[in-house]
Amino acid sequence: MTETLPMAGATANVNLAGLSKNEYRGNPSTLCQGCGHNSISNQIVSALYEMNIVPEDVVKFSGIGCSSKSPTYFLNRSFGFNSLHGRMPSIATGALFADQHLKGIGVSGDGDSASIGMGQFKHVMRRNVNMLYIVENNGVYGLTKGQFSATAEKGLQLKKQGENPYMPVDICMEAVVSNATFVARSFAGNPKQVKELLKAALAHDGIAVLDIISPCVTFNNNENAYHSYAWGKDHEEPLHEISYIAPRNEIMLEREMVDGEIREVAMHDGSTVILKNLEKGYDPTNRFEALRVMEESQQNNWLITGLLYVNTTKPNLTSLYNLVDTPLNRLTEADLRPERAALDKVNALMF
Amino acid sequence: MNKIINDFSITVGTVNGSGSSTANNTILRAIFKMGIPVSGKNLFPSNIQGLPTWYTIRANKDGFIAHHERRDIVIAINPNSFARDLASVVPGGAFYYADDIKQPITRADIAVYPMPIKTIVRNDPNVPSDFRDLVGNMVYVGVLAQMIGMDMNMINAALTFHFKGKQKPIDMNFNAVKAGAEWAKANLEKKDPFYVEPMSKTEGLIMADGNTAAAIGSIFGGVQFAAWYPITPATSLAESLNDYLPQLRKREDGKHTYAVVQAEDELAALGMSVGAGWAGLRAMTSTSGPGLSLMTEFAGLAYYAEVPVVVWDVQRIGPSTGLPTRTSQGDLTFTHFIGHGDSHSVTLLPGDVYECFEFGWKSFDIAERIQTPVFVLSDLDMGMNQWISKPFQYPDAPMDRGKTLFEKDLEEIKGNWGRYFDKDGDGVGYRTFPGNKHPMSSYFTRGTGHDDYARYSEEAEVYLKNMDRLKRKHETAKQYVPAPVLHTAKGATAGIIAYGSTEAAIFEAQRQLETEHGIKTEFLRIRAIPFTKEVDKFIAKHDQIFVVEMNRDGQMNQILLTEYPQHAARFKSVAYGDGMPASAKWVREGILAKYERTVTSDQKSVSGARKKASAAKTSSKAKPVLRSKKEAKPVKKTVAKSKPSAKKAKRK
Repeated sequence: MTETLPMAGATANVNLAGLSKNEYRGNPSTLCQGCGHNSISNQIVSALYEMNIVPEDVVKFSGIGCSSKSPTYFLNRSFGFNSLHGRMPSIATGALFADQHLKGIGVSGDGDSASIGMGQFKHVMRRNVNMLYIVENNGVYGLTKGQFSATAEKGLQLKKQGENPYMPVDICMEAVVSNATFVARSFAGNPKQVKELLKAALAHDGIAVLDIISPCVTFNNNENAYHSYAWGKDHEEPLHEISYIAPRNEIMLEREMVDGEIREVAMHDGSTVILKNLEKGYDPTNRFEALRVMEESQQNNWLITGLLYVNTTKPNLTSLYNLVDTPLNRLTEADLRPERAALDKVNALMF
Repeated sequence: MNKIINDFSITVGTVNGSGSSTANNTILRAIFKMGIPVSGKNLFPSNIQGLPTWYTIRANKDGFIAHHERRDIVIAINPNSFARDLASVVPGGAFYYADDIKQPITRADIAVYPMPIKTIVRNDPNVPSDFRDLVGNMVYVGVLAQMIGMDMNMINAALTFHFKGKQKPIDMNFNAVKAGAEWAKANLEKKDPFYVEPMSKTEGLIMADGNTAAAIGSIFGGVQFAAWYPITPATSLAESLNDYLPQLRKREDGKHTYAVVQAEDELAALGMSVGAGWAGLRAMTSTSGPGLSLMTEFAGLAYYAEVPVVVWDVQRIGPSTGLPTRTSQGDLTFTHFIGHGDSHSVTLLPGDVYECFEFGWKSFDIAERIQTPVFVLSDLDMGMNQWISKPFQYPDAPMDRGKTLFEKDLEEIKGNWGRYFDKDGDGVGYRTFPGNKHPMSSYFTRGTGHDDYARYSEEAEVYLKNMDRLKRKHETAKQYVPAPVLHTAKGATAGIIAYGSTEAAIFEAQRQLETEHGIKTEFLRIRAIPFTKEVDKFIAKHDQIFVVEMNRDGQMNQILLTEYPQHAARFKSVAYGDGMPASAKWVREGILAKYERTVTSDQKSVSGARKKASAAKTSSKAKPVLRSKKEAKPVKKTVAKSKPSAKKAKRK
């Protein structure tokens, strides 16, 4: 790695790992301009840079969908596996056994995790696989051009689909009831919170779910947007107007939210989400409390943001297996093939 | 009455879940220990408790121990299958039954032996009441042992093995065996011809099931990761990994060099294995047909992203859930073409328990050398039944981890490499593993189109180049897969191609064809796809080749037709699948139905076939193997079926 270190006397900005921020970047994004996913990729780059994590110590995973493309847009120096729709958890589970010192970063979406991938999503939670699991949640299928996802609000209008008749899946609620050990929600337009939660999640030993509301810029639709705009106007919140006027810009909060604050944010499609920051003094180690605030926010149609639940006492998956310190993928025949005498014993064991 | 020694079958009809497997295995093992070639087949229902189940044992001094339809000795313990069991005994056969079953005995042409199992067990004060049914099974072992002359010491040895040397259960069960034997000696008069006598034909051999053998083979292949989901008949493969890994890979520091994960379903089972294989572990999963259907998606990804992983398919009969506890070779074409888009897999076809062991370790070498999923097709008969085998032999080659690049390798080439770049012209690129600290080590794996450097690409040329390389890789695989086994015969007028667990049935059918019909055959047992040059050679040599397999559609035949279109006229499919293990009977009849004396002549071949058909009927009277009218029936097809092929020959 010596060639990546700065020359003596160079003025390059490097972190404690001796790497510049550029060394954490990926390829240029091919997602739509203004997509919340790009902002998240940027925050991943910043978080890892600031945490001095070496890219080679991270493995990226994803499934299928817009969100799942994003691992190409950060950490070019990390291994990555863009796998199958909804199956990223199983790929990550197996791969992370190869070297238990590696940290997984999985990027999924609501289509990937809350529908076809719901089974694997819940099982990767209960196994406490050592990875950050980001759900870039926009409520629609982007790559197939705008269908409802399972996290879409009941009653949401989309151009070709009409009105969504079903109740939504709450990613964080699912994570907590599946015994995830770190569950948080944020909003892509709140980069500071995203980054802080990313850092906390990366520091967590075990599965860390980060549900990030990440608005889709493309599958908005004027008629419905009008409808929603009107709806938003009734609520007299300043931010939706900004998003409506400039639908191709990424939706950003004008200022940080404070603890306990409730704020309504208009999406590109004209629909609105209501964010609520967790109250000051909220105890994220209390699972009952986490379920209670999620239930409360569901009833109020809020998207509660912040660190909802954390449990640092549970061992991660690979540590349950009492593995040798050497990464399994560096073991050799001497470690792996039993000796000849062992086979004689086996033959004697057979009848 | 002339004695029939070491040449008969035993069928035990019991209730599923009644614990009769210990008793049946004891009979099997005792006969094996007496040096007599023997096989045992468990014909069980998909049920935990209550339905009828049968266990068949065949002892044969000449080593013909394939499944046999004939029921010489029947032991009836299950009232629900009593009438059926009674009717199934061959004339002149023996029928043992539990005398608490009060049903009419309607046969006068067989020897009938009632057994007071319940009374004998009740009279033994050492048997706790809740063990009576279980131990009661040992009474029929004792009665049978006495009547056919089994060695009590060998029964004791079998029980000692079964109970892993624990004296209390050994004694309790062996006492019941002795009680049964003593009662039979005092009360039964021998009226049937069947006896066992010691031989020395099993010396130096072991007895094992294919799933256990596969697991042990995998361990000697250095398995590091296995993910699985329970499914009959593959479950015991993964469970054997759990049994044997702790012993065989024990380390002084108590740490593990492997992980076995029970996944939430087969999708995740292969998903985890693909993840592990991608990251540099020797990874495997084991399943059966329905599970393989679920794994198809990941199989396609592993093919295209070139991830080494081993998938064991212990086949059961489909389609769909099919007959979950019956055997088959019905997954061959599915496995061969598994996945959407253009794909072809490397498939290994073990033929016996020994090869389950051997392919257990070899499959990892091939998967990592070719960087592709390797499918190993076993079946229920091989996987779950006890087979005689030569002892497992230590791998004769060091592990082949294929083409890999670690830090020092990348240092040497200055990080200049491409994951899918065909540097060596064999279609196989170089791999790096996550955790490699070289800054040029990483690459991005995907199931989408990609170039030599694993970068996303939708370019037509890039796509075509990649697909061509994958095809080239498949050619390369031919150098690494196991060659077929050829059983030559001088003056053979036909070839037989088969694979998997049918070998014993084919050997027996070959002898019958030769001795009863004057047809000499040469037999090639294929052990892998892609086909190696030995297969080309065999096909070029024979004018007519019978492709024998346990399925409806002749799946190997289909693949051969595709691979050898120039020889299409030579192949004659002998396909049959009813869930039972292969028997010499259907192999022989299937071949007779399509056999042509001289392929080049037209009408002659039809009359030849007719002559042969009648010859078969005639000989059926002389030989015990061809008895009933029912058995003779398919021979009639001979004439009708051989007509079209004769016409075809004429057109030439």
